[in-house]
This record gives sequence, C-alpha cells and structure tokens, in this order.
Amino acid sequence: MIKGKGLLAAGITTALAAAMVGCSNDSGGNSSAGGDGASKTNCTNEIKVKDVPVVTYWAWFEDTAQTVDNFNNSHDDVQICWSNAGQGADAYTKLSTSLQSKSGAPDIVQIEYDWLNSFLLQDGLVDMTEYGIEEYKDNYTEGAWRDVSSGDGVYAVPVDLGPVGLWYRQDLFEKYSIPIPTTWDEYAAAAEQLAAASGGETLIGNFAPNGQGQHYAFLDQAGAVPFDFDNGNPTEISINHNDDASKKVFDYWIDLVDRDLVGTDQAWTPEFSTALGSGRYATAIYPVWYNIHIPALEGADTDAVWRAAPIPQWDAANPKQVNWGGSTLGVTVQADDAELATKVAAELYEPQENKELGVEVGGLFLADPEMIESAYFQDRPYDFYGGQQLNKEVFGPAALEYKGVTFSPFTQFYYDESQRLLSEAIDGSMSADEAADELQASLEAYATEQGFTLK
Amino acid sequence: MERKNARFGWVFLAPFAVVFLVFLVLPLCYAFWMSLHTNTLAGGEQFAGLENYTKAFSDQRFLSGMARVAGFALVFVPLQIGLALVFALILDDVRTRLSRFSRLLIFAPYAIPGVIGALMWGFLYSPSFGPLVSFFDFLHLQAPDLLNRDSIFWSLTNIVTWQWTGYYMIIIYASLQSIDPSIYEAARIDGASKLQTALQVKVPIVTSSLVLTMVFALIGTLQFFTEPQVLAPLAGNAIDAAYTPNLYAYNLAFSYQQFNYASAISFALGLMVFLASIIFLIATRKKSGLN
Repeated sequence: MIKGKGLLAAGITTALAAAMVGCSNDSGGNSSAGGDGASKTNCTNEIKVKDVPVVTYWAWFEDTAQTVDNFNNSHDDVQICWSNAGQGADAYTKLSTSLQSKSGAPDIVQIEYDWLNSFLLQDGLVDMTEYGIEEYKDNYTEGAWRDVSSGDGVYAVPVDLGPVGLWYRQDLFEKYSIPIPTTWDEYAAAAEQLAAASGGETLIGNFAPNGQGQHYAFLDQAGAVPFDFDNGNPTEISINHNDDASKKVFDYWIDLVDRDLVGTDQAWTPEFSTALGSGRYATAIYPVWYNIHIPALEGADTDAVWRAAPIPQWDAANPKQVNWGGSTLGVTVQADDAELATKVAAELYEPQENKELGVEVGGLFLADPEMIESAYFQDRPYDFYGGQQLNKEVFGPAALEYKGVTFSPFTQFYYDESQRLLSEAIDGSMSADEAADELQASLEAYATEQGFTLK
Repeated sequence: MERKNARFGWVFLAPFAVVFLVFLVLPLCYAFWMSLHTNTLAGGEQFAGLENYTKAFSDQRFLSGMARVAGFALVFVPLQIGLALVFALILDDVRTRLSRFSRLLIFAPYAIPGVIGALMWGFLYSPSFGPLVSFFDFLHLQAPDLLNRDSIFWSLTNIVTWQWTGYYMIIIYASLQSIDPSIYEAARIDGASKLQTALQVKVPIVTSSLVLTMVFALIGTLQFFTEPQVLAPLAGNAIDAAYTPNLYAYNLAFSYQQFNYASAISFALGLMVFLASIIFLIATRKKSGLN
C-alpha cells in the first residue's frame, strides 16, 4: 500500500510515468536521433575496436555475453554494445516507454514472436525488407519467417524457436501400464486411467489459467486463427476467438478441469513446479526449452524418469506442429543506422561458433534449418533424459513442420483478458463456451476502441 | 532584518522547491496535458478534451475497481485504527521492559518494505508448500487456498493490517504520551476505573490523531497497489489487471501503452481520493478539532 513513507515516490502512478516521458521528451525530441551517447557508454561488454559505428543491443539470451564478444572480436568495421534490460515483460515495458518518449531505445532488441505485432502497432520496429533482409531468408525455417513477417514486411530476424512436445514421466506411465498418448483423445483417456489407477494422486498434467503462449499454440494446432492482422493495412483486424476450432480447445481443457483430471496451477509458480517435480503431474506440454527447467524442479522425485514425445494430435492422419516461445531480433525506429543494425542482427548468429554458443550456453533451439538438420544438433544426447536425442526424435521435426501464426497486435491486453475469463471458466463461474464468447466480445470492443475496423 | 530572514527562508526552501517542482508539479501538469489527448494504437494522437474522463467514469473496470477499494476501505480503516488504538492504550498503560519490546514488535512490520512483506505473505499463503501446508498436513487436513477469488480479500486485508497497524499505533501512542499525567490523577480521584479512563479520558484527547491516521489509511486504501501487484502472479485467478484503480492505471500505461487514458484514470482516482478525504474530514470536524 502506498502512503506515508512512499507517498511522494509512488503516490501517483502517472506522475512517475509522466516524469520518465516528460524528461526524455525534452532531451530527445528527434525520433531518428535516438541511441544517445549515454547508452553507448553503458555497455555490459567491452568495445574492442574504437572509432567505428557502435550498434546498441538489448538481450537476455544466456549466451549473449559470449556471442557479442565473438562478434566484436571478429569485426573491425562495427561493434555491438550489449546490455540486459530485463527479461520479457520488463524489457518490453522499457522498450514501450522509450518508444513513447522517442528516445532511449536500443538499435537492436530481443523480442519474443508473440510481442512483435504489439511493437509494430507502436511504430517501434523498422521494416527490414528495406534493408535487404530477404537475402537471409533461407537461413530460417518457414514457420519462423512467417512469424516475423506481417503483410509484405519483415520486422525481425528469428533467433530461436520453441517447438512444442509432450514431456512425460516414463516411470509413472510404466508403473500404471498406460501407453504414451499420441492424440488428444488418448490423452484424455490416459488422464482418466492415471487418476483412477493412482487414486487421484497423479494427474496427467496442468491447464494453467495464465498459460497464454501455450493456449495460443493449442488454438493454432486446432486450426483456429484468433487474430488476422497485416501491418500493411494496420487499421483492420479480424478476431475469431469463439469459432468452432477455438471452442473445441477450450471445451476440451475445461472438461478435463471439471472432471478433476488436470490441475489448474498458475504457470511459473512454485506451486506448479512442486507439483510437476513431485509426481503430482505425469506430463507437461512444453516447448523444447523446458528441458533445462525439468531437472531443476522443486522437491523433485529422485526416481523420476523424464522423456519427451511429440505433442498429441487432434487428427493423427494430419498432424500439426506448433511453436511456443522463442525470440527474434528487431531493429527499432530509433536506430542510428537501420541498415547496419539489420545486417548485425542477421549476422550475429551466422558464424558456426556463435550458433554453438547459442545451443550449448544459451540452450537455444535455433530457427535455422541447416542447424536443425545438422548431425551436430540431431545427434546431441540429453543426459537427464537418458541420453534421448530430443532434437532428432521430437523437436527437430516439429520445428521444421511448424508453419507460423499471426499474433495479437495487443498482446498484453489479450493475455490479461484470456487469463481473466479462463479463470472464470476454470472455477465454474461460466462455461468454456461462454468464456470464449466473452473473450471475443471483449477483444472486439477493445480493438474498436483502439481505432481498428473489424474485418 | 526581517527581509533578510525572509530571503534566507527562500534559500532554505529552494532545494525542496526545485525537487518539488521538477518531480511532482511538472510531471503532474504533463500528465494532465496527456489526459486531455487520445492516442489509439491504430490511430494517432489527438486533442480529446474531457473525453477520457467521461470514458473513465463509465468504464466498468475503473468503477468496479473503485467499488472494490471502497469495500477495502470499509474494512481496513476501522480494523487497522481500532487495533492500533487498542495496542496503543495497552502499551500506554503497561510500562515494563516487555512493553517496550512489544511496541517494537508491533512496529517492526512497518519497517519491512511493502514489496518484501507482500512476497513473504505470498509464500506463507502458498497452498502447496510453506508452513501453512505443513501445519494442516500435521492435522491431516487440506490446507485452505488463501489465494483464490473468495479468500483474496481477507488475505490482502491481513497483509495490510499486519503492515500498517504498528505505524498507526506509534502515532496514537505518541499522542497518548503527550497527555498531562495530572489529568489521570483527576480521573482517579473521581473514581474512574482504568477502562473508563481509557475510553472517556484518553480516547477523546487523542481523537485528532485518530482522525489523522484514518485519513492516512483511507488515502492509502484508495491508492491500493503494491500488495495486489505482488500477489497477482501467485493469485492470477483472483487479481486481474484492473483489480484496483491504481493497478489499472499502471497496467494501462505500462502494459497496454495507453499513457493518455492512464493519466486520465490517475487524475480521476486522485479526484476521488480528494473528495473522499474532504468528506471524511467534514464528517469528523467536530470530533477531530482540526478545523
């Protein structure tokens, strides 16, 4: 609560917002002259070559310190000045504020796929096709390229992907003699069997009310197209969040919730990680990047045997692979030299050395088909998973088959609303169908209010 | 001489005045200017006059947030001030080494930063680990979920009361300490019991401190922000982005990039806080001795 000691500092949220915006407005002003001198002297890394153009870079990849050093060592015509502006939402808040105040944004910024359109709508990112990005197109998978494109423009270069699979407790499935589900029908059946065999001790998994990235992948897999938006025509949008495909997904999961066959922990909480670690949940539908989280789960069973399998399908004859997460490098409108920044963004992960740093230090699943198909990557054993070759068996094919989606142009609002309404469906205040209808109505109202025309 | 003094007065005031102007008045003016404009995601920036304000006062999310903090105020204010008064009266009467220690103990939560306090309680409330679970496990009972929609109100009430009661207690206690002991002697000679002395002598004398602390508590509650913000990731089902008006303004600005509307919401909230404080002060003016 705000009072007494914090009255001046925190009394009026807007005063704070306005102070940041106001101050920088006075100093900046010219949107093309961003990347002011101050930020360039605040690099986390060392600039190796002086008196050459410096490109500022915000990122939170684990390997960034090393990949940037490599880049700077091997270039005497351009240097990268890297800083970590926080992860995910923290970095986006800073980026939004810099865009609003027209100063302080870096030249290149790490952005997850699902947030790109939000920054397009703030006129925050340059269209890289004007700076020759097309010649790098073959370096990226089809789905990743689609995810960074909007209309005829390309607004970021993909770095990594999050192909989704089914992480499962092999020991639990063997203990109860239940086959690993390959379709959603089998998944529901396995959920019943597990709950019955374990007396309700073990559930098949969790449906997080705030699992927005996961839900979007689920919707995509079922053939729903929740948003259609093209930056070439940015005032028009189509929203379909209560069509048959979307409702099928919501109905399926809320039904499992209602029958007490899945948990409803919030994602990214100790609750969830304790439940998953202790054998309360036998599976987790997560992307490849979850492999580093599973060994670190809280209160983990010592005899847990984890493996990965492809994500269950609606139609086994026509499988569809989906993606959740992964990041891109966008060039902001405040870049001093957008052409140079584009080139740097596209080439940072081009040398083999940096790709391997990304894989080994960053735990990245690069959106690079050549890398995905390479023996180096395919044959990589994952020790914690009994030496399973995750990339060859599960995630490589999933990444190559992923076709891409269109994300919301107002991601945070969409995520907040979806969480609010799914929570109501989960606790039974409304049905899954009603939640979908309400979400549709709410998104339409918001879009209209924001000046969109609904297609 | 007097003129020279006046000049020195301004010199002493200047550092504060500069900070006050630069970091409070100017941003407020700028925020107000922003609140009179609109800047939609798909449109551009335009002058809108009071449009954002009419929108705010017909915005269901803002209004339900206001209603929610009003509900909080009805519980928080009497609970915190009541407890603070009781503690202050007891500590004022009992003068042992233990009472000094108790005073410190009751005040201690206030010394803990709000964010840390909320994080700590979030951990204690956790339905699947933490001391609460061990306790209920020991009794072979299911631990209650203190972070769901039904219980979050009381969970938040508990945190805020824990945090602020000690602070209010100190204010009331200081006020009790300043009472002339001869008044108590007079009361004793008149045959008043300790309880009578407390209720009929002490409480009326510290009424102005009570009113002051109530205004603090009221303003604080209407600005409710830190605790719901910190608990939101744990209690996402119960706390949404517009749970309190302050949280709503914050999310509008920093999550939805609606800086203009966020400014309007903030000013609308400021107006409501101002009105509520004025109404409260008028309602209590006879008792408080503040007029």
